[in-house]
Amino acid sequence: MNIQYDERVDGRIAAVDKTILLNQIATTVPGMQVLHQLEDLKPYECDGLSAYRTVPLLVALPDRIEQVQALMRIASEHKVPVVARGAGTGLSGGAMPLEKGILLVMAKFNKILEVNPEGGFAKVQPGVRNLAISQAAAPYGLYYAPDPSSQIACSIGGNVAENAGGVHCLKYGLTVHNLLKVDIITVDGEFLTLGSDALDSPGLDLLALFTGSEGMLGIVVEVTVKLLPKPSCTKVLLASFDDVGKAGAAVADIIAAGVIPAGLEMMDNLAIRAAEDFIHAGYPREAAAILLCELDGAEGDVDDDCARVSAVLEQAGATAIRLAQDDAERQRFWAGRKNAFPAVGRLSPDYYCMDGTIPKRELAYVLEGIADLAEKHGLRVANVFHAGDGNMHPLILFDANIPDEMERAEALGGKILELCVAVGGSITGEHGVGREKINQMCAQFNNDEILFFHSLKHAFDSEHLLNPGKNIPTLQRCAEFGAMHVHHGHLPFPELERF
Amino acid sequence: MSSEIAANDHSAVLLEQVEMALAQHRPLRIKGGGSKTFLPQDEQSLSLDIAPHTGIVNYDPSELVVSVRAGTRMTDLISVLEASNQMLPFEPPLFGPTATVGGMIATGLSGPRRPWAGSARDYVLGARVITGLGKHLRFGGEVMKNVAGYDASRLMAGSYGCLGALTEVSLKVLPIPRSQVTLKLEMDAHLALKSVRDWQRQGLPLSGACHDGATLFIRLEGGTASVQQASQQLGGEEVDSSFWTALRELQLPFFNDQRPLWRLSVPPNTPWVDLPGDVLLDWGGAQRWLKSATHAAEIRTQAKHLGGSATCYTPKPGIETFHPLPEGLMRLHQRIKTQLDPQHIFNPGLLYATP
Repeated sequence: MNIQYDERVDGRIAAVDKTILLNQIATTVPGMQVLHQLEDLKPYECDGLSAYRTVPLLVALPDRIEQVQALMRIASEHKVPVVARGAGTGLSGGAMPLEKGILLVMAKFNKILEVNPEGGFAKVQPGVRNLAISQAAAPYGLYYAPDPSSQIACSIGGNVAENAGGVHCLKYGLTVHNLLKVDIITVDGEFLTLGSDALDSPGLDLLALFTGSEGMLGIVVEVTVKLLPKPSCTKVLLASFDDVGKAGAAVADIIAAGVIPAGLEMMDNLAIRAAEDFIHAGYPREAAAILLCELDGAEGDVDDDCARVSAVLEQAGATAIRLAQDDAERQRFWAGRKNAFPAVGRLSPDYYCMDGTIPKRELAYVLEGIADLAEKHGLRVANVFHAGDGNMHPLILFDANIPDEMERAEALGGKILELCVAVGGSITGEHGVGREKINQMCAQFNNDEILFFHSLKHAFDSEHLLNPGKNIPTLQRCAEFGAMHVHHGHLPFPELERF
Repeated sequence: MSSEIAANDHSAVLLEQVEMALAQHRPLRIKGGGSKTFLPQDEQSLSLDIAPHTGIVNYDPSELVVSVRAGTRMTDLISVLEASNQMLPFEPPLFGPTATVGGMIATGLSGPRRPWAGSARDYVLGARVITGLGKHLRFGGEVMKNVAGYDASRLMAGSYGCLGALTEVSLKVLPIPRSQVTLKLEMDAHLALKSVRDWQRQGLPLSGACHDGATLFIRLEGGTASVQQASQQLGGEEVDSSFWTALRELQLPFFNDQRPLWRLSVPPNTPWVDLPGDVLLDWGGAQRWLKSATHAAEIRTQAKHLGGSATCYTPKPGIETFHPLPEGLMRLHQRIKTQLDPQHIFNPGLLYATP
């Protein structure tokens, strides 16, 4: 089922006279850069989910909070939807524009306002890059923990919107665990602060609710993040296995031994070979699976844990265990993993990255299921994942130039996500629902749960002007999606009108 | 393991009671173990008794996740986790042996380890909730990473039951640290606050920092090597770890005082300030307990001036328990409450008075 915005099932959007809108913006928000010519709008037609493109009505590039407020008031008045965008690196189409909507680009909010080593926090504007925060904190021996693979480019505002993760989540948490406060502009242009400089704040935990809400509840204009002291010692173990199931079992054994690795990553044979050919990381090309286990902390503790983990890996049947001998080798081990996506990209003209999470005990079963599904769909899948927290990134290889391959890849992706849900997992661990997984939301949540989400949305944005069509499907969409998945003759949502 | 705790799925009865309350437009006061006696009492509403809904639904130590019914006693959950050498890292206060899991999450309170390990909401992975529309729903799950939909389960932490009745929560758990030591160092509060910040920046394995007016208590936790090293660096006298339980449960001599008890939550780098009464610093200074007979408004003004808030732990007529919200946030709270609980049947007026 197509994921382009479809007014029939995703909700009507009022048509607005572009000239009148532009004139009002020019008079009410003087000094704000606005793009409206097709050639200027074109670069903004997609985010990291580049298979789907829509040219927005216009692009606004404010550089002051008051401009965001004024723009939101105009949008509310004209009932024009607003899609916020940070660096546009999101993989789920969360910042995909709407033909009848304003794309609000926060890239000009790019200042680090304060790094406070005493308080262990930094105040930054939303367009600041994730990595830039750690770089600014480095002179004080501090860093910002969440490190999505796109950290060199992705912005902190987008990280808040997506509740971005990374390879160190098991020990250091996601974005939501590393925020103190966000300032937001509501759909009506009101300025609100969620959270505070203290460790907790009165009232409901709206900071938790807002984090990961994909631009549906408000526009982030300032973020206060926690900074942590950099661990004094980091070591990485690379273990090879001749069987994927054994590698999966080793992951559980490491945790059961009372060790919480800073990172615990797994790659299967196809991914290993792709990475090795691309990066020459020193991976064993013949291994069925490898585990990368990073341990950090005080040196004595790290040495103890290395010994403990090595013993567990040996017991679990690892065919080889290597400890990175120096920083250069450690970087190389990681480079293979961090470049796994582009490496797989060299195997195939296109690839499609999934983001399901599962309980770790289901790893072997799900991998087998993925292999079966891949065979049925006539496609190859390389598996790379954050094994420590059960977040899988199966990469489906396909060629968009071959008729129906993209459709088959999408269908396979959908089936893989449904498999994750079936074993008690989730359709998305860190990339977000966006537009990409909007249909699979109907598999993970029933209609009462989706209505609960709608109620929350309504409290923030009763006219559905903030990023409509993303994150939470309408019941109409679920009814149509469900109609294609009729089980045992029972139609889901029988109470809804069919289209 | 789960057989140690009586498993009793009482959810059908709870759902029926909520449906009845909705049909009759009668508010409900959600009741767990009744251990949080500092909360405003409500004698008029019918109680929705969660305590019979007990049992561990799923616990696999290697997944670092436990799913447990809301009526389960905290003491039971803690002993099951301890048998697998695991813990709730946020060290929730119980305030009595009857404390339940649902009450722990609904109040969202965290103990002395909070600045370093995170808060109750940080460890929530999923929740089942009976809503104000009489539906029994599930949000989040048993996985560490899950960004599908809005984070409704973490929103429940600290919502004091005002958005629905929690029936089950899934929590992340962690191994109990291999090594632990508690040190007592004589120094004044100024120096204590500064020292703790310095040690924290040096990456010392702190997991507790409390100053009682005369003495700094430090807890170090982690691997054997780092704890031993930090312990040698700090010096002082080694004392029993039961100090942290007494602190968490507000049972230190400091709390034995007739004046009202206030909890101030302030930015971690707040220096020592004179507050109108006796002060005990916890959370390395980010949580300040105040024994004071001063007027509530004045205490709240001071807390706000410091960039924080004040909660009153001694119920008194005329004193709001919770710190008032700015106007814009208050309106948003009211809209959320009205959306999720349109008949206002859950814990009316507990968190904030609704119009």
